[in-house]
Amino acid sequence: MSEATGLKSWLTTTDHKRIGKLYFWTAFVFFLIGGLEALLIRGQLAQPDGTLVSADTYNQLFTMHGTTMVFLALMPLAAAFFNFIVPLQIGARDVAFPRLNAFSYWVFLLGGLFMNASWLLPHHPAPDGGWFGYATLTERQFSTGPNIDFWLLGLQILGIASLAAGFNFIVTILNLRAPGMKMMRLPVFSWMTLVTSFLMITAFPVITVALVFLMFDRVFGTHFYLPQAGGDPLLWQHLFWLFGHPEVYILILPAMGVVSEVLPTFSRKPLFGYTVVVYSGVLIGFMGWGVWSHHMFSVGLGPIADSVFALTTMLIAIPTGVKIFNWLATLWGGQLRLTTAMCFALGFIALFTIGGLSGVTHASPPADLQQTDTYYVVAHFHYVLFGGTMMGLFAGMYYWWPKMTGRLLSERLGLLHFWLMFIGMNLTFFPMHFLGLLGMPRRIYTYSHDLGVDSMNLLSSIGAVVLGLGMIVFVINMWRTRRHGATAGPNPWGGATLEWSIPSPPPVHNFDVIPTVTSRLPLWDAPPKPEPPAGHIHVPGGSWWPMVAAVGLPVMALAPLTHTVWIVFVGAAILLYGIYRWAYEPFEV
Amino acid sequence: MPRYRRHLIPLALLGLGLITACGGPFPQSTLAPTSDFGVEIDRLFTGIFWWAVGVFVVVEGLLLFSILRFRHREGAPVPAQHHGHTTLEIAWTLAPAVILVFIAVPTVRSIFTTSGAPPEGALRVEVIGHQWWWEYRYPELGLVTANELHIPVGRTVVVDITSTDVIHSWWTPKLGGKRDAVPGRQNRIMFRPDSIGEYMGQCVEYCGASHANMRLRTFVDSDSGFAAWVAAQRLQPAPPAAGSTEAAGQQAFQKYGCIGCHTVAGFSAGQLGPNLTHVGSRTTIAGASMMNTEQHLREWIGNPPGMKPGSLMPDMHVSAADLPALIAYLQSLK
Repeated sequence: MSEATGLKSWLTTTDHKRIGKLYFWTAFVFFLIGGLEALLIRGQLAQPDGTLVSADTYNQLFTMHGTTMVFLALMPLAAAFFNFIVPLQIGARDVAFPRLNAFSYWVFLLGGLFMNASWLLPHHPAPDGGWFGYATLTERQFSTGPNIDFWLLGLQILGIASLAAGFNFIVTILNLRAPGMKMMRLPVFSWMTLVTSFLMITAFPVITVALVFLMFDRVFGTHFYLPQAGGDPLLWQHLFWLFGHPEVYILILPAMGVVSEVLPTFSRKPLFGYTVVVYSGVLIGFMGWGVWSHHMFSVGLGPIADSVFALTTMLIAIPTGVKIFNWLATLWGGQLRLTTAMCFALGFIALFTIGGLSGVTHASPPADLQQTDTYYVVAHFHYVLFGGTMMGLFAGMYYWWPKMTGRLLSERLGLLHFWLMFIGMNLTFFPMHFLGLLGMPRRIYTYSHDLGVDSMNLLSSIGAVVLGLGMIVFVINMWRTRRHGATAGPNPWGGATLEWSIPSPPPVHNFDVIPTVTSRLPLWDAPPKPEPPAGHIHVPGGSWWPMVAAVGLPVMALAPLTHTVWIVFVGAAILLYGIYRWAYEPFEV
Repeated sequence: MPRYRRHLIPLALLGLGLITACGGPFPQSTLAPTSDFGVEIDRLFTGIFWWAVGVFVVVEGLLLFSILRFRHREGAPVPAQHHGHTTLEIAWTLAPAVILVFIAVPTVRSIFTTSGAPPEGALRVEVIGHQWWWEYRYPELGLVTANELHIPVGRTVVVDITSTDVIHSWWTPKLGGKRDAVPGRQNRIMFRPDSIGEYMGQCVEYCGASHANMRLRTFVDSDSGFAAWVAAQRLQPAPPAAGSTEAAGQQAFQKYGCIGCHTVAGFSAGQLGPNLTHVGSRTTIAGASMMNTEQHLREWIGNPPGMKPGSLMPDMHVSAADLPALIAYLQSLK
């Protein structure tokens, strides 16, 4: 079966593998943008009284760095693997709702472009309220420009993409598993995708409500968060963190899933304690809902609330620790092959552990009163999200790149990339522990020489440059692989899960014959026998309508941005027309 | 490995240590507390820190050992395929749980000991956050001042914190933890400073353009020093002598509308900006972001948004002729 390759084939695609690639490249570009923002931040802070950027620009940079990395880089990079890998791991021909999948991607792309369009307007009114946009600073009274509008409307759009993707992957994983693929035979990455998807469909409605209130306050003059009229700025914090903490697990669980695939493959041992690792992930997903107020220990919730949230937060360390011990036991007695993917997975364990332990130090509210809103917290969550999530995602990139493209990335450049990342990461973020404990607050565009932290800041900025070099090496590696990469073959790493049983890159229909699964590690325990192709396999064609429907959303968002009511009807008409044509599209194209 | 390369890593580590060590002194360090509140937090943190170090050594040690010991060798047989071990799982579930008990119990104890009722004779101070400066009120003493807090040593201070606009957070690291200043709510911290001195702090909740310039100083005075400060603050500044530079400055203070926002007891009653009755006695100006010198006063009055981005104090275009008099007047407000 031949595959169309023109622009139209990409714009109308409903193939999960192509959508996975679209997610990957889009998120990767946003990751580079977020990284450039970080470099400018570190440039400004390389010395006291820095003058590289103005205060306003700096505030926009840290706001957009955080927002971009969370919503436009890390989540969609994980989604790229959900898309490409999960259907292959469960033995399916596609996701359950391929056109909804395309819709998710286009909504994500347009939401990201909408938010970043603010950089291009005169005086670049980019969002400047911090990634968690605390009221009342985000209210019209204190933020008169369109900055916050770009942020809240962009997030609303992105939330729709996450919701659609979440539903899609839940249905896919529950319903499209190959015969014999019981839930407890599901690869851990697919399991973590399932847990993450449940978190997405439950957490995003919460921030949607919070953002609707904020939009009403800003556009229609309501007072949800304004105390003068009986509102409460803490309502925002509760809603935001009730979303925000599950969001942390939305960011880390997929990386934990990747690591749980990479470690067994390169140790040539099954994952130790599969059941415990899976249930720990599920437990973390549940417990993640009961800890949100640990982001609010300094707002004065009272000793009882502080104690309860301290205890729930400490409890969540237990399933997290259990996972780490099971990974270590997976390595124990194995035959470790230190490929780049494996190095990143080992780096994940080494660095995520540090982030987890510093997390325990601010699970204690009195201790947190000295740590919160300082660079100590910046150190903590970068060890979790860079040392953890990004190291895990890089492991996934090196591991699944040959499956996605048919070619291997260079191991020589890969190891260079790994070491630059590992060293740069520690150089950048380890000094921040000291910066915070020595009293340097977060989100300050300037600091005084009197604080005595000049050299540590310079060290951190040098580390950021090393990270930048690492990313250049990675881009070179990806670029030269297009021509020079070795051909991968179906199973270059000797992996045990179903994605390695089919050619790289996989054909449009994935599996000639849907496999029957009899084991958790099918390719190690009972390699499937090649069977003759089952004649013509029908794969549905593409559709324009998901993209058309998606365009309606940013158009609608222009209405509150410009305070022009009629635009909302134009956007709604586009959305409804797209959905209508989508619904009545002939099944066979 | 050549001989010189063996020394590379220790040398690099030594260099790293030197670079990071040659900072300081650290006026906002949380690691050298000088109040009961700060000491309590520091003790709690130190305990948790050493537990964390223990876990760190175990986990990273096992990781490194595995990487070094279990390396793949060509032609080696497939390793034994262990799928799990129930006793081990129970052990490494219980071990962290036990450690957490040792962290949780002192944590909860500290939460309650640091949030009880204030002792008899405590000094109450109201802290009100503004974009981007701090207002301090002493309700029992009838004083109002800004950015620089004076408190007596050895006496518990009850700090009630709120805000009039956005959320700020009041923090003098050496004297203990921070509390957010939330509009519409009142938060409280208590601490008993144990050492006389000048302590730096700043706003730690992002509050807009000049968040970084919203700084503060806390002066812990001796009993007699504090009494003298209170007595001085209670005096109304004497009106400047007629015909003096200060008198011309006072007129400029009126002419350029300064009186609309600033209170100078006995002369003006503006409420939007900091009370300037005794501004000449403060060590800093502009949200404690610069020292109170003639040069800084000139720059600050001449271009407020340039010195403190977003500043709500506009450039009042004070003429070059009036500026020295205005500065002389402000400096005379001791």
